[in-house]
Amino acid sequence: MPILALDQVSKSFGALKVADQISFALEKGEALGVIGPNGAGKSTLFNLITGNIRVDAGTIRFDGEDVTRQPPMARCLAGVGRTFQIPQPFEQLTVFENLLVGGAFGSRKTEKDVGERCADILVETGLYPKANQLAGSLGLLQRKRLELARALATDPKILLLDEIAGGLTEGECQELVETIRNIHRRGVSIIWVEHVLHALNSVVSRLVVLHFGRVIGDGDTETIMASKDVREIYLGIDV
Amino acid sequence: MNWIDTIIQGILLGGLYALFAAGLALVFGIMRLVNLAHGDLIVLAAFLILLLVSALGLNPFIATAAALPVMFVLGWAMQFLVLNRTLGNDILPPLLVTFGLSVVIQNGLLEGFSADSRRISAGALETASLQIGPISIGTMPLLTFLSAVGVIVALNLIFYRTSLGRAFRATSDDSATAGLMGIRAERIFATATGLAMMVVTIAALYLGTRANFDPTMGPARLIYAFEAVIIGGLGSFWGTLAGGIIIGVAQTVGATINPEWQILAGHIAFLLVLLVRPRGLFPRAVD
Repeated sequence: MPILALDQVSKSFGALKVADQISFALEKGEALGVIGPNGAGKSTLFNLITGNIRVDAGTIRFDGEDVTRQPPMARCLAGVGRTFQIPQPFEQLTVFENLLVGGAFGSRKTEKDVGERCADILVETGLYPKANQLAGSLGLLQRKRLELARALATDPKILLLDEIAGGLTEGECQELVETIRNIHRRGVSIIWVEHVLHALNSVVSRLVVLHFGRVIGDGDTETIMASKDVREIYLGIDV
Repeated sequence: MNWIDTIIQGILLGGLYALFAAGLALVFGIMRLVNLAHGDLIVLAAFLILLLVSALGLNPFIATAAALPVMFVLGWAMQFLVLNRTLGNDILPPLLVTFGLSVVIQNGLLEGFSADSRRISAGALETASLQIGPISIGTMPLLTFLSAVGVIVALNLIFYRTSLGRAFRATSDDSATAGLMGIRAERIFATATGLAMMVVTIAALYLGTRANFDPTMGPARLIYAFEAVIIGGLGSFWGTLAGGIIIGVAQTVGATINPEWQILAGHIAFLLVLLVRPRGLFPRAVD
């Protein structure tokens, strides 16, 4: 049974179709990359999966259960974790408190029960030295790490990563990729929207290509990267 | 010695205003909701305490303890069933709805208790005082002030030391993202208003024992509370206490110069602080 299955999911903002009959399924433990030009509907896809935007039509099933009408909070509890393209930490809380909130409320446990795990996540994501700083004082790389750490604190079954490697230097990117690979190895399913293809392709084995809200390609990395449509539309290369 | 006495009375009075204001600051700080019925809710709580005292013959402090959970539930339900629906990008609906609540509460109290002014009797405590050197301090005003400090310490502990407090701050920061962390914002807001109503109940005890009250005096208490919150800098509980003290001292000093100036002096002090520090004394770093 797939961990996540989208069936004919559609969404329009006025005349603009941002999701047009999107269907795909993700197996447990799978890592899937989503690519497509800007405005293809990649972030919208995430908002539909987390429930921040309601679908117009179609169904979303998570872990066998129909979550199409569930609010974001319920989907978080079910095991959907996400990071934002533009990091949105709770700026008035410390780094550690950001994780505690996600950990305690995202899995309905007490802070005592999740404190240790949150500390482990801080170590894993390299944020431990910043634990007691206000999140508002962090720089970009650390904000991105905090996005990842806070999503992990909710103990997700599936992790939605939104352009988490964007804007990082090569070295920073390598470290982040290593962290993400470790998370994946622990059995967390991943959907990763990314423009930094070499980072993406070093983790995922399958790609979905979005263009104007439609899925125009779905297959293993090599096939997709070699396909003519993708090269024309996404990479803008004449073939 | 007269001046020192005046200032001490003012500081102690400031404790009462801080109690009026703390609940307002709590609700405003978490959900950016200005509750125009806050003053009327204080008066409502005072009538509830009065009812418990006169009907059951309870000691006013025990009656207050009994009223605390009742007011918590009332506040929780008011937020969950009514005020949550008004929250959004538009600031007008919460103002209109709480103004409506204010009118309803005032008239409901007039209907139930008539326009007579009442008082909660605290027995011998009312006139008791402590003599410190040449200065005599009333026991009730001192208790009021200590309660205000206690309430503010407790609110700070909840805010910065507990899971609930972290949820308060996270939700106030970004309620959409808080939802993604599994926080039910509607319930967090309801709990916050419930807590604010418990503070209101404590304020009501001291309002009702200090002087006479009647169903129409809520809006004036709202204004004092509002001024204290704004002087404090919107969001700092200790700032709210400072704001209450500034208004209290200004009022007693004004009254010493000329009894007619008491209320006016408080408002003038408020305007002066705003002239010098438009964002209040202890504004939040990021807003």
